[in-house]
Amino acid sequence: MLAYIIRRIVQSVLVMLAVALVSFALFRYVGDPIYAMVGQETSLEDRAALRDSLGLNDPFVVQFARFVGNAVQGEFGISYRLQQPVMELILSRLPATLELALISGMAAFVFGVAAGVYTALRRRGALSTAIMTVSLIGVSLPTFLIGVLLIWVFAVELQWLPSFGRGDTVTLPWGWETGFLTQSGRASLILPAITLGLYQMTLIMRLVRAEMLEVLRTDYIKFARARGLSNRAVHFGHALKNTMVPVITITGLQLGSIIAFAIITETVFQWPGVGALFINSVRVVDVPVMSAYLVLIALIFVVINLIVDLLYYAVDPRLRVERGGVRH
Amino acid sequence: MTKPLLSVRDLVVEFPTRRGTLRALDGVSFDIAPGEVLGMVGESGAGKSITGAAIIGLIEPPGRIASGEVWLGDTRIDQLSPEAMRRVRGRRIGMVFQDPLTSLNPLYTIARQLTETIRTHMDASEGEARARAIALLDRVGIPAAARRIDDYPHHFSGGMRQRVVIALALAAEPELVIADEPTTALDVSVQAQIIDVLKEICAERGASVMLITHDMGVIAETADRVAVLYAGRMAEIGPVRDVILQPRHPYTAGLMGSIPTLEHAADRLVQIPGAMPRLDAIPAGCAFNPRCTQVMDRCLRDRPALRPVAPHHASACWLVDDKGAHHG
Repeated sequence: MLAYIIRRIVQSVLVMLAVALVSFALFRYVGDPIYAMVGQETSLEDRAALRDSLGLNDPFVVQFARFVGNAVQGEFGISYRLQQPVMELILSRLPATLELALISGMAAFVFGVAAGVYTALRRRGALSTAIMTVSLIGVSLPTFLIGVLLIWVFAVELQWLPSFGRGDTVTLPWGWETGFLTQSGRASLILPAITLGLYQMTLIMRLVRAEMLEVLRTDYIKFARARGLSNRAVHFGHALKNTMVPVITITGLQLGSIIAFAIITETVFQWPGVGALFINSVRVVDVPVMSAYLVLIALIFVVINLIVDLLYYAVDPRLRVERGGVRH
Repeated sequence: MTKPLLSVRDLVVEFPTRRGTLRALDGVSFDIAPGEVLGMVGESGAGKSITGAAIIGLIEPPGRIASGEVWLGDTRIDQLSPEAMRRVRGRRIGMVFQDPLTSLNPLYTIARQLTETIRTHMDASEGEARARAIALLDRVGIPAAARRIDDYPHHFSGGMRQRVVIALALAAEPELVIADEPTTALDVSVQAQIIDVLKEICAERGASVMLITHDMGVIAETADRVAVLYAGRMAEIGPVRDVILQPRHPYTAGLMGSIPTLEHAADRLVQIPGAMPRLDAIPAGCAFNPRCTQVMDRCLRDRPALRPVAPHHASACWLVDDKGAHHG
């Protein structure tokens, strides 16, 4: 178990190094950072001096090592556009994105699993057919279109919910700016959360349904029925738990995607999160923000993957190797 | 003869398909007396497992019992409500499946699966159920049962798992145990042990056994009576000794001829030419007529009924005349 965790952490570090390399390459190949920093009237000598003082003439390996060293300390430089430390910028925007991703991820998981189980158990029911049909829409409509449609219906026509922003926020003692504690903050969260989570929900639902149908055909389910266990015990005790391993994998990976693809939703709803920050930075080639965002998203993916792998152990006893293999 | 524990009368099981309705069982009748072991033999697809599934009420849809009756003691069980039938399963009829590797839920301990079954059917506290479960495991021959009970299925070998399956099937002290090829998936060296355990415990408790197998050797050693199925119909039924030594149906005779014995060291085993007809292509008259070495005109025209040939011994063959004498 411990060896496994260590192996996984080493793998994660390698992945992060690869991402750091890509992120570092951004600096070298997406335009010349000197041009971005200085005005037109700066002389060539001054530029050369600046290039030298910034260490841009050092060998590639030295520069990369310096980049990684700084990144580990959370130091990604100063934003070209906003003239603030990148890390500060990202940290101030992160709560908005994480709250949005958390709520839509949880909603996607809860409703996805519930709808998946329901449609698997009542395969031919009218409601199941309706859910499956609607889910096709969820899978096939692009996120921005869903967002715009929701704004049109609930913000413009019905005027029930706000169409943009986070509403009022409260700053918690440790600097976390939360929208959970105010009425307008919660109301503002609903439409973006649905927009962001709908695709994931339909994905989880279809996955749970397929896995559940598969598990319901297995021998141990037949045997559980043959022992006269109640439908509830068979479906929720025996079948559902066995569908959970692949569902946890996908949900975990989807949580990463939710954070990464919040870009689109944040743009549509003008949500002040890191996705919107990234998009605005791309527009003006604000390389330090872009590369820091890249590293951050990769880090989130890697950490979630690690957690998912550890969760397998909680769900599936066959993976727990500490008791040895088959005993006779 | 004492009143039978199980009585199956003219059971017909049908599977509707796009190309018409298939009859998996066609008018099968037999009784099992209290404490009796009835062997059920036949080739794959003859309807052995379907008979077991029909009795316990677990025929996979769209299959259904089209006509006939199944009586357990004084209760007709083929028309019970799903909830009433659930209470019969496990409590009055236990079932052991073929593959012990897939019959147990891999994610739960043996203790949990046993106590769950016991508490579903009997009024017992968690502690009492656990004590009963340990006693059961001990009885089926699991060494150090009190310790092993908290292991997961993958900690056990195939033979040990089948013992656990037997313990589960017997957990609520059923009057009838249907064992569907309980040894087919096991190593030859443990097959006899498993059959012995099953037979001993059922004898101890006075439970009847319906032993489905295609192993005539197991039947010869274990069963009191044997029923031979062919293409969903009963070919012959009678006391094991009579059926093995004096088969009254050419198909049974063929089955016996295909068992190797040391005493009659023949160069070649007798084999029955051809294969069992598919369910959508059963010939008119006797279903066995294309493969029968003693086929007569009448066999191609009329279907033979099951008629007595000796006390407690009946055969569905035209070679047996109305007085029970055998012409063959």
